[in-house]
Amino acid sequence: MTLLAVERIKLFSTRSPYWCTALALVLGVGLTAIIAGTTEKGQMSIGLTQFGSSQLALAVVLVMSALAVTTEYRFNTIRATFLAVPSRTSALVAKTVVVAFIAAALGEIIAFGSWGLAKVMSPTSDLAINTGAEWRHVAGVGLLYGIGAVLAIAVGILVRQTAGAVAILLVWTMLLEGLIGIIPKVGIKIQAWLPFQNANHFLALGGGNTAEQPGAGIDFKLSQWGSLAYFAGIAVALLVVALVVAKRRDA
Amino acid sequence: MIQAVRLRKHYGRTKAVDDLSFIVKPGRVTGFLGPNGAGKSTTMRMILGLDTPTGGDVTIDGKHYTELKQPLRKVGALLDAKWVHPNRSARSHLKWMAVSNKIPVSRVDEVLEIVGLSEVAHKRAGGFSLGMAQRLGIAGALLGDPEVLLFDEPVNGLDPEGILWIRQFMHRLADEGRTVFVSSHLLSEMAQTAQDLIVIGKGQLIAQTTTEQFISDATQDHVRVRSPHAGKLREILAASATVTEDAVDGALVVHGIPAPQIGEIAAENQIVLHELSPQRGSLEEAFMQLTKESVEYHAH
Ligand SMILES: Nc1ncnc2c1ncn2[C@@H]1O[C@H](COP(=O)(O)OP(=O)(O)O)[C@@H](O)[C@H]1O
Ligand SMILES: [Mg+2]
Repeated sequence: MTLLAVERIKLFSTRSPYWCTALALVLGVGLTAIIAGTTEKGQMSIGLTQFGSSQLALAVVLVMSALAVTTEYRFNTIRATFLAVPSRTSALVAKTVVVAFIAAALGEIIAFGSWGLAKVMSPTSDLAINTGAEWRHVAGVGLLYGIGAVLAIAVGILVRQTAGAVAILLVWTMLLEGLIGIIPKVGIKIQAWLPFQNANHFLALGGGNTAEQPGAGIDFKLSQWGSLAYFAGIAVALLVVALVVAKRRDA
Repeated sequence: MIQAVRLRKHYGRTKAVDDLSFIVKPGRVTGFLGPNGAGKSTTMRMILGLDTPTGGDVTIDGKHYTELKQPLRKVGALLDAKWVHPNRSARSHLKWMAVSNKIPVSRVDEVLEIVGLSEVAHKRAGGFSLGMAQRLGIAGALLGDPEVLLFDEPVNGLDPEGILWIRQFMHRLADEGRTVFVSSHLLSEMAQTAQDLIVIGKGQLIAQTTTEQFISDATQDHVRVRSPHAGKLREILAASATVTEDAVDGALVVHGIPAPQIGEIAAENQIVLHELSPQRGSLEEAFMQLTKESVEYHAH
């Protein structure tokens, strides 16, 4: 508990988490506003409300999470941290927990904020959340952010510098996983086992309009919750590797 | 007490610290002296568990730093004043440190008062001058009221006023019975601050002694000798003294035999002398000489 308090104080006594939070909100909810504003009257759907949260704002949250560790390396406060808390694993796990929790909460705010805004802007559309799939599609965004944060922190610990970590995360999520689908035949088979594709699969609504959704056309071998567990497993495995490396190397 | 036993740290082919053993006693200011690149910072990082030694061991009262439960209550360290997030206020910086070691947050205001930063407690640390940053670093070191304090080159880049403040401060800490271990590459600075000295060059121990003893040894009289038969004279003198060469004019520098005796030895061996002049070395010169010898010793 002490270490969680420490990481909370550290995080909220600098400006970048506030900026990233604001940016994620503006981008996530803003994109929904644009979509709601340009969709024909009564045609807005739950799937359309979460484009901003599950794609655009997610990238900002990944960057925010990576920054939480890379700035510590950049300003050498990581050394001050390890002096105060010589158990590096405990210190870094505490940071991961705090950041993941904040990311998850932010995910819920953006997801339901986007949904609420769409409801206000397009009152005649059917945006009621009735089915389990619909709940998962909206409320699941928080889980996605939380797990994404763990993965981003692991990358941050391994790479140690902001530019490198941000580049890896953005290329990975926004380019690489999508581009692999271009490879004939095997591409979509590989995609079925890529972490962010599985994250998208978890959110997928199913039913009639799947073609519009990210991850469409991939033959996933896991159930939707299985995909989430797989995504979480990869994030945790990467974190474990990062913790072992951080413990071994000179601070 | 800090004890290093055969401590080694290699970075690739660089032997930053090489078979270094020393003891830092409680209740005194111990200077850690050596030219730039001698391995002082590396040693301090190993004492504090930041870098893992390649070999050997270093402990604080018999324990590794990483085994300490609330290390800030036992050991306070200022390795680099810049290890602060520039957008974080001085107070927030100290607050997270205090919370991490279950130190009452009221102590934060106390140490800010001690180092004279109360006025700027809520200002962002990135806007601090070097002197202020150094004070913030010292406040951090004092936070847990530790018995052992480590400072790495604390006066580097400070103005004379700041240097004086830090020097007096360290004396106060030692007078309170604490162990103070402070590094510097300037002997003149250490001469005014430290009671004991651990001197290193190229990662190896050169001397561990009291400052007084070290200075009297280091500034020992020596004799400059020039002769057309310098080689022969050197051979003869080297049997009973330390003979080096002046890097500028090639004159022999003889430690350990007074000038009249050197004259007599020369006469006995029919060696012509062009100069025979007793010298008293300056502190820095002697220190340079000493650490240079350790470099030369390595080259062979
Ligand atoms: N992280 C590192 N990687 C590689 N070489 C290093 C590292 N840290 C120090 N060194 C080298 O080790 C030697 C000792 O450095 P240092 O401990 O900083 O000396 P000092 O503090 O006495 O000036 C130097 O040659 C330095 O270049
Ligand atoms: Mg140094």
